[in-house]
Amino acid sequence: MTFLAKPKLHHPSLPTNALGFTRRDYEGPVSTLCAGCGHDSISAAIIQAFFELAIPPHRVAKLSGIGCSSKTPTYFLGQSHGFNSVHGRMPSVLTGANLANRDLIYLGVSGDGDSASIGIGQFAHIMRRGVNMTYIVENNGVYGLTKGQFSATADKGSKSKRGASNDDEPIDLVMLALTLGATYIARGFSGDKAQLVPLIKAAVQHQGAALIDVVSPCVAFNNHPGSTKSYDYVRAHNETVNFLDFMPRRDAITAEGPPGSVETVMLHDGGQIRVRRVDDGYDATDKVAVMAYLEAHRAKGEVVTGLLYVNESDEDLHSAQGTVARPLNALSDAELVPGAAALESVNASLR
Amino acid sequence: MQPIERVNDFVVKFANVNGSGSASANNLFAKAVLRMGVPVAARNIFPSNIQGMPTWYEVRVVEAGWRGRRGGVDLMVAMNAETWSADVAEIEQGGYLFYDSTKPLPHSRMREDITAIGMPLTGICQEMYEDARQRQLFKNVMYVGGLAALLDMEAGVVEALLASQYGGERKAPLLEANRGAFRRGYAYAKEHLPTIGLRLARRDAVGERIFIDGNSASGLGAVYGGATVCAWYPITPSTSVAEAFQGYCRKFRVDRETGRNRYAFVQAEDELASIGMVVGAGWNGARAFTATSGPGISLMQEFIGLAYFAEIPAVLFDVQRGSPSTGMPTKTQQADVLCAAYASHGDTKHVLLFPEDPTECFEMGAQAFDLADRLQTPVFVMLDLDIGMQDWLTAPFKWDDARRLDRGKVMTAADLEAGHEFGRYLDVDGDGIPYRTYPGTHPKRGAFFTRGTSKDRHARYTEEGPAYVDNMQRLLRKFESAKSLVPAPVLEKAAQPTRAGVLWYGSTGAPMAEALAALAVRGIHLDRLRVRAFPFADSVADFVAAHEHVFVVEQNRDAQLRTLLMTECGIAPEKLVSILHYDGNPLTARYIEREIAEKATLFNVVPLKKVAG
Repeated sequence: MTFLAKPKLHHPSLPTNALGFTRRDYEGPVSTLCAGCGHDSISAAIIQAFFELAIPPHRVAKLSGIGCSSKTPTYFLGQSHGFNSVHGRMPSVLTGANLANRDLIYLGVSGDGDSASIGIGQFAHIMRRGVNMTYIVENNGVYGLTKGQFSATADKGSKSKRGASNDDEPIDLVMLALTLGATYIARGFSGDKAQLVPLIKAAVQHQGAALIDVVSPCVAFNNHPGSTKSYDYVRAHNETVNFLDFMPRRDAITAEGPPGSVETVMLHDGGQIRVRRVDDGYDATDKVAVMAYLEAHRAKGEVVTGLLYVNESDEDLHSAQGTVARPLNALSDAELVPGAAALESVNASLR
Repeated sequence: MQPIERVNDFVVKFANVNGSGSASANNLFAKAVLRMGVPVAARNIFPSNIQGMPTWYEVRVVEAGWRGRRGGVDLMVAMNAETWSADVAEIEQGGYLFYDSTKPLPHSRMREDITAIGMPLTGICQEMYEDARQRQLFKNVMYVGGLAALLDMEAGVVEALLASQYGGERKAPLLEANRGAFRRGYAYAKEHLPTIGLRLARRDAVGERIFIDGNSASGLGAVYGGATVCAWYPITPSTSVAEAFQGYCRKFRVDRETGRNRYAFVQAEDELASIGMVVGAGWNGARAFTATSGPGISLMQEFIGLAYFAEIPAVLFDVQRGSPSTGMPTKTQQADVLCAAYASHGDTKHVLLFPEDPTECFEMGAQAFDLADRLQTPVFVMLDLDIGMQDWLTAPFKWDDARRLDRGKVMTAADLEAGHEFGRYLDVDGDGIPYRTYPGTHPKRGAFFTRGTSKDRHARYTEEGPAYVDNMQRLLRKFESAKSLVPAPVLEKAAQPTRAGVLWYGSTGAPMAEALAALAVRGIHLDRLRVRAFPFADSVADFVAAHEHVFVVEQNRDAQLRTLLMTECGIAPEKLVSILHYDGNPLTARYIEREIAEKATLFNVVPLKKVAG
């Protein structure tokens, strides 16, 4: 971990966002993770994304399960309520929280053990329910806090630090989320912040279940030769399909790049994501083609990154539930309690 | 053999095949008795099956108003060939057997000491209906017609019930068909069957009372308690709690202008997700609950502990049944008491409420949400199958429009703006209950990070021992505060001074009054205490201290409430005498009377000469 305390005083010339907040207003206490941990880079990307989006920090609820990744919500968005819940069960807690107050922004932070092993059931169900949230998996293929066991996302044949080979097939959360109906699916790399920040920003603005699988090397237990989740391996095998430019509603849109290679996705609030294709054949809105592409590249041992799939449908759990526009936790007694006269009519029907 | 002769005091038992459509006919019979102003105690005795297995419905016609099963059967309506022998054997001497006489039965399958009354139901239905399903279904309403004639039930009462059940134009053909079958049965019995010694006579003994099951009452209680999030997973016998909540919400919680719902209803993927959603919603300021049974409580343990330590309101309706997973889901027990009281790992204890009937299911069902918010902790409403799934004649529901939902100690944006000090786990008022904020309250103040126990009074991360102990001690103070907030026990003195007492909770109350009246006749007088909640009020220990022996009547093998009393109140084991019943069937007054009378002699509760006399 880093032992340098953060200075309490801000430099007066720190840049501010549209709300007048500095980047520091989106930070939390200093991280206790290992120096060089990919997760800290993801925390930094989250801070950057929320700062750039100019979201009031207190309107975000950050929830996590158990594990190294699940500790990270302490280290960003210090003015947000956070909930470090139960191993593998963050999705249900987030679902309940979202039902209670549809007006907050929900950020779920999890790891590969938390989401692909113990929590794979809840992971699956939160995706198929279309809960409006950003779900970030900090994926290092290994159990850190318990010192180096393989997780369920470890690739077959990948080597542990002690030299053991993983015999089991990996679970690909991206592919799983695709089949289960998540409507925004991306994969990033903790070592590529320039790619990750726009992916997070667009996910936050997306209405519905958004998953970002971030390959995030574990410097303590999974960053050695033979590992497929090391910095070196991911850098060498990163197959980026596109880059995002996130355009909030208020910004003017200026065309860049050669025509035909830029696709615009409208967000429900009027904002846009502009997808700059690297691979001209990649269409992030064609689910069947996306699956075929991912499978073909996985077979080659490549890590496909970018915005992999998006379907800006506007549907989420609340639309399925048909809930009122105001948050359920803000309804008054009069809106909730039917009263004595109604009860008397119930009594009468039971005689 | 003297045939039984009784007016408004007998037991009718219907032996049917599951899925044959008998349930609505049997319910019609029970309701008709009620409409004649005569109380009933009805019990559905059913298997874990959808179609084909034996099922029974027992209607105790009881003008005296006793609520439990009596035991024994005076009139058996034997509609299931498979259980014939056992059903016939269950009839009291001098009782009656009503059966389908379409095919003649061998003499050996009858009893000499009962009166057999045959009615060719199948034969009549074959003549009246073409369709096979109709032949089956209308047999049920037809036997209600036959019984109505035999028992002097007012035909108009039954027809009025049918008219309300099949009201409206769309159902008019159904009404016609049902009324036809009822009238045919009634007329046949009047013409061909003898009169019997069991009779109904109109009274005014039902009054304002209503006829409803505890699960429905709980669901309605949750609506009145302001619950907005229900997350649940189907499990017998609790499923109808959630379904009733949804049903009443559709009636009372849909915004008239927009047609949108002021509630959310999620059938989760399992019990772990159910309680997780409840915890998430509770953390975020909505009133949330789940409904489950013992196996579900087992699955929810980890979250229940987290909610206890993180101090998150949650309401759980536990409709207890015969456990475990491959247990007796359609049988009743009170066997989750310890599992719920100390649910989860670590040092935990929880608030339990013990409703005794559907009226209290409604009241405690609503109150549980106030308690959960006030105490910021999980609250269990401990039903059992007997209360939950049986229709009970019970006091009508009441609500005071001046009552407000108690949201507990919540700091608002205005409080924070005014500079009130906020520490999530600070004991500001000395009652162990801290203040909380809902997420999203204030831009600069009141945010905190929720986790189990590695925290200080301001919810900052720490693994320091003293901070842990400080928090655990405050949680104990909070539990102490709960004692005066939960429903108080109900004390009733015996008619004569006595050194012995009896204590019970939940559905055991149904046969208790009757058993105690019978014991009093035998000269055994007991002071009574009905426990309604855990943690126990001080008056519970006082009650035990004031008596030499106290019988503790419960429906489990291991005397779980007795254990709780010994552990939590420091009561000496020899003072508490267990009366236990746990075969899965509802407790009867006869059983309690016999067991207490036997043990009363052993413990010298009454002078021996009195028992002999």
